[in-house]
Amino acid sequence: MTKINKVIKTHTSTRNACKLCAPLGASMVLKGIEQAMPILHGSQGCATYIRRYVIGHFREPFDIASSSFTEETTVFGGGENLMRAIENIITQYNPEIIGIATTCLAETIGEDIQLHLAALAGKKADLPTIVHVSTPSYKGTHMDGFFAAVKTLVRKFAVKGTRINKVAVFPGMLSPQDYRYIKQMLFDFQLPSVVIPDFSDTLDGGSWQDYQKIPPGGTAIDDLKDCGRCCGAIEFGLSISEDQSSAEYLSKSYGMPSYKMPIPIGIENSDEFFSTLCTISGHPVPDKYSMARMRLIDAYVDGHKYAAGKSVALYGEEDLVCALASFMSEIGMTVSVCISGCKPESLRKAMEKRVPAVAASARILEDADFEDLLNAIEESPVDLIIGNSKGYTVSRKLSVPLVRVGFPIHDRLGAQRFSLVGYEGTTELFDRIINAIIEKKQESSDIGYLTW
Amino acid sequence: MKMTDIDILSDRKRQINKAGTEGLAMECEKHSLAGAVSQRACVFCGSRVVLYPVTDALHLIHGPIGCAAYTWDIRGALSSGPQLHRMSFSTDLREMDVIHGGENKLYKSLIELIDKYNPKAAFVYSTCVVGVIGDDVASVCARVKREKGIPVIAVHSEGFKGSKKDGYKAACDALLNLVGTLPVDTIPRLSVNILGDFNIAGESWIIKNYYEKMGIRVVSTITGDARVKDIMQAHGASLNIVQCSGSMTWLAQQMESNYGIPYIRASYFGIEDTAKALYDVADFFDDPELTDRARKLVRCEVEKVIPQIKRYSEALRGKKAAVYVGGAFKAFSLIKSLRMLNMDTVVVGSQTGNKSDYEVLKAMCNKGTIIVDDANTLELARFILEKDVDLFIGGVKERPIAYKLGVGFCDHNHERKIALAGFEGMVNFSREVFNTVTSPVWKFVPRRQTKKEVYFD
Repeated sequence: MTKINKVIKTHTSTRNACKLCAPLGASMVLKGIEQAMPILHGSQGCATYIRRYVIGHFREPFDIASSSFTEETTVFGGGENLMRAIENIITQYNPEIIGIATTCLAETIGEDIQLHLAALAGKKADLPTIVHVSTPSYKGTHMDGFFAAVKTLVRKFAVKGTRINKVAVFPGMLSPQDYRYIKQMLFDFQLPSVVIPDFSDTLDGGSWQDYQKIPPGGTAIDDLKDCGRCCGAIEFGLSISEDQSSAEYLSKSYGMPSYKMPIPIGIENSDEFFSTLCTISGHPVPDKYSMARMRLIDAYVDGHKYAAGKSVALYGEEDLVCALASFMSEIGMTVSVCISGCKPESLRKAMEKRVPAVAASARILEDADFEDLLNAIEESPVDLIIGNSKGYTVSRKLSVPLVRVGFPIHDRLGAQRFSLVGYEGTTELFDRIINAIIEKKQESSDIGYLTW
Repeated sequence: MKMTDIDILSDRKRQINKAGTEGLAMECEKHSLAGAVSQRACVFCGSRVVLYPVTDALHLIHGPIGCAAYTWDIRGALSSGPQLHRMSFSTDLREMDVIHGGENKLYKSLIELIDKYNPKAAFVYSTCVVGVIGDDVASVCARVKREKGIPVIAVHSEGFKGSKKDGYKAACDALLNLVGTLPVDTIPRLSVNILGDFNIAGESWIIKNYYEKMGIRVVSTITGDARVKDIMQAHGASLNIVQCSGSMTWLAQQMESNYGIPYIRASYFGIEDTAKALYDVADFFDDPELTDRARKLVRCEVEKVIPQIKRYSEALRGKKAAVYVGGAFKAFSLIKSLRMLNMDTVVVGSQTGNKSDYEVLKAMCNKGTIIVDDANTLELARFILEKDVDLFIGGVKERPIAYKLGVGFCDHNHERKIALAGFEGMVNFSREVFNTVTSPVWKFVPRRQTKKEVYFD
């Protein structure tokens, strides 16, 4: 296989982006904090577009306020608008936390949020806790916004004190189902946890009698405070830089051990997570997980011939791609193409660390878009594509099946319930992948056998 | 506190009104209030949505990635040929571009994209950041136009410059660069342009088909399934028919003053309005044969669809609806269509209505109907509960408000994938309303479970 290490950019524009903007990531995090409300400081459109986009995935309400800049605001500054937005949010939603994310516009005109907040504090007592996260989209992707918001919250709330038997967990952008499962695993290790953020209930809740202005659930403020006293910090993501890492921050500033690991997809990645939980808790792996692991191996065996030698293209957030690549290499599939809209070297470095063999043979494109994905697959054809709904056009054009994983999934029901992590999540994903291969084979067959 | 006890923000109180109340003037056409969590978007959104269905043009969004990412292929605007409009192109500005200016990147992007995709024209949308850093987009466009020989048009759509409505105007101004640039010798007298239909789920095709059956040539559809060449010849038509008045009246007015083409307003939602639109056009040409053909067409279509609708309308008798859509004109048609289904509209609102629109709404609705301009989530939720509605008509952002409260929902915005225009559209609309309002799932939702708290809270 030809190995192309350096990607030569052949185009200037982005054509069908494989990334989203930073305020989206920050808004997602704030939706996972109890009684929190995000305000995007900038034009009305940013808040509305992000709401629309996220609602398409979770199919849940997703209120985001905007400071609704006008032309005058843009020229003379956004202080007035921000204060008004905060006041109106308090009147309507009465949140405990307000998170301000500054959009490209506010960042470009150089809004001094701390100055505005100081002015507001002088005018008004009893304000909720207000945090600010800088999220100019010209500086990064939605993942940068996500990590920045998590770290901002940790910095703001964590307090020093006597160590407690709790572990801080930073799962990243997974589904509510995955969040629920992660909490269950920690619970089964008798390991009390602080999960930041936690949108397992806020973005996948039940039907309501009365409208919930801020849906119940999310990481509680007391838990946020506790994260400074935890006995360990677990963070999913090998690409997260030291600067962005909340686990490393806690480790450095509060002296707790940090465990930075891949997203637990596949057996090896999940094993690493479980062994970390054993180390921290001092408990062995509960039987139900050993059983789940054995069932997963059984599934691998049942399905291995379908997977054998099949080539795959992966795309999405760099840590997701990296974890999927590791999983693929466990089941005998060849990773031909890996694409992410992330910053250069971010995906490659994570893959070299975790799956060096794949990193050496696969085509890795960073800061890439969906036209790059199309071109890459046209040059080295694959049997399967794995990633979010946005790969649908490529999948359709090339008649290669797409297994939907990640964010956003707009064109299927159940994105909030799709599971990836741990032995059980991996089993679910494995079945979906093998079934996609079987379905393709069946559909393109003249005879159409039933396979068993 | 229950939702129905929630107070409306004091700065917004005059943007909400009730039918049957005297003297209160409706406040509207204002900027969205900061922190109000408006359902509205921005100037960029307005121009993007209008120009989106120009299918053989390049749409390049000049700015950081967000604006382009969120508008990639989200519309249901179909094309009978080119699919270029469904791509999402962005200059994806980075920090250094913001500091040093993005003109060079814009120029290079345009050249490369035009070479690769061979569009018939290019629209370049300015986003917030571009407005602030002051890139001279117009001069880059002029240069590329000279070099590549196709129209390259700057769309002044910086998000902060106003509301979605200002974006509509920016889009019309962009289109005016195309209109009148090709000869029109072969266009017959019986000819029209359809303005303000965006071919969502093929609706422009339905409408165009009616006019063609009547013997009228449709010169251009702006912008549903539009082609650049047709827009360039649009000034050859005898009449402009404006559906989405909020977005296209400006274009129609300009074409009237520049080329002497009169315009009429029309709506194709509902049987009554569709029939009226066809008769109005026939009346305009003052041709008895044309009127006769219109009459026959309407009769034939109505005979086909009424029996189908009847089944649904009987089951829907007495049900209550809330309507919250972008334009007020669409709301008028929806109220009439719901009436045909024996349903009452008890809440109605729009994102961009003007004073006279709201006067019409007040006059149309039954006493007590809540009328709202530029609403937000909490207000809409409150009104749903207060009026105990069975159906909500809105867009994707409104859907979870309805569903969470156990209320049926019909998508009536640019993202829908079912044609709701014309006579056959009314059948689709009726079926969709019927399917959601009469679904058995609602018997399980908390709102309908007040007497069954024995096992579950």
